Amino acid sequence: MKTALRAFAVSAALLAPFASHAHKMWLLPSATVSTVDQWITVDAAVSNDLFYFNHVPLRLDSLAITAPDGSKVNAENPFTGKYRSVFDVQLKQNGTYKVALVNNGLFASYEQNGQRKRWRGNAEKFAKEVPADANNLQVSESFGRVETFVTAGKPTETALKPANIGLELIPLTHPNDLYAGEASKFRFLIDGKPAANLDVVVQPGGTRYRNEQEEQKLKTDANGELSVNWPVPGMYWLETGTEDQKTSLKQAKQRRLSYVATFEVLPQ
Amino acid sequence: MRRITKLAGAMLLMGASAASSGAELNLKLEIPRLDVAEYHRPYVAVWVENQDQSTAAQLAVWYQTDSKKEDGTQWLKDLRQWWRRGGRELQMPVDGVTGATRPVGAHVLTYKGSDKQLATLAPGKYNVVVEATREVGGRELLRLPFEWPGTQKQTATAQGKTELGAITLNVTP
Repeated sequence: MKTALRAFAVSAALLAPFASHAHKMWLLPSATVSTVDQWITVDAAVSNDLFYFNHVPLRLDSLAITAPDGSKVNAENPFTGKYRSVFDVQLKQNGTYKVALVNNGLFASYEQNGQRKRWRGNAEKFAKEVPADANNLQVSESFGRVETFVTAGKPTETALKPANIGLELIPLTHPNDLYAGEASKFRFLIDGKPAANLDVVVQPGGTRYRNEQEEQKLKTDANGELSVNWPVPGMYWLETGTEDQKTSLKQAKQRRLSYVATFEVLPQ
Repeated sequence: MRRITKLAGAMLLMGASAASSGAELNLKLEIPRLDVAEYHRPYVAVWVENQDQSTAAQLAVWYQTDSKKEDGTQWLKDLRQWWRRGGRELQMPVDGVTGATRPVGAHVLTYKGSDKQLATLAPGKYNVVVEATREVGGRELLRLPFEWPGTQKQTATAQGKTELGAITLNVTP
């Protein structure tokens, strides 16, 4: 029961990050610059501190790994422990891989026979599982991504193409070509259109060993673009999110969109 | 007469680089002796860099090429500036450029303007970049500016502190 509750809490955190402001979701790859046929191992966790596993793991159910040629790759050796999930990926192709957790779901709360009920699922299940006579029905939709990028050999672009659904990042600077002291440009899209005035937070890892959070608070321009300066080399966490009314189910009034990515910034 | 025509034709083919074909780039680089418990020979890359830091010519890459050992190409990325500036786009090995790691001591590299590494190098200002990285050790990168082919003999020197020793570049027009 405890495990089930925890699993629900994690899923809820992943689907509705704004309900649990404090905690950060992240993927942490063992390397982002590699060569063909090498392996990487990736940690997936939710925590306050970057990048330390000390709260709950991220579930891997919605893991989607895109190979340089655009095909899907399965994770090897997936494991979910107390504080983190782990999986391995062999980089069998030359080029850039996108590693992502993509979560799209509906949440409902309602009353039935005087009892408060909670439900989560997709549009298809909604019709079957949520009673038509539910009172005080409240439904919200959520679309979130947690991503990171890894390149074997020369960086390529195919895996970076947007799906044009939900909130996405389009790297104008290649995500495996980030260097301390150089500015990088990114564009954000919502359903394939530029996302202007989006609040974006960028934070370096290693928070345990310093006093300040060192967050950079940025905003996208009219083209949905922003420029990030990386003061020091290391792993960085980027998060943004917003809400709109473009739901896929008419009962849902609100759609929450979130995007998280982990980037490695290299020394000169 | 026929011979003269042939010669003129050959000179014409050589085009812009004809002016620098007699030039020479000579680099003496020292791999220092290090007092460490576990010593591995460094990976070393030497290349010619444009003013915007893009790569103009690959000169040398020394890495673990022994086929009986683990695949040495997997650590080439640790020459991280070289990797970024074009190393990652190369198919190893590269004829005339790549070779096995070298021992402690001074190594001399000489390239003529007519050699394939420099044959397409347009006259202008460049840097020779030397990058070294060592397993369980550090990384060091040095730049030596020069003009190609220049009008008189040029000498540039740099002194490494950790992974590289003294480096001397001589360019003769």
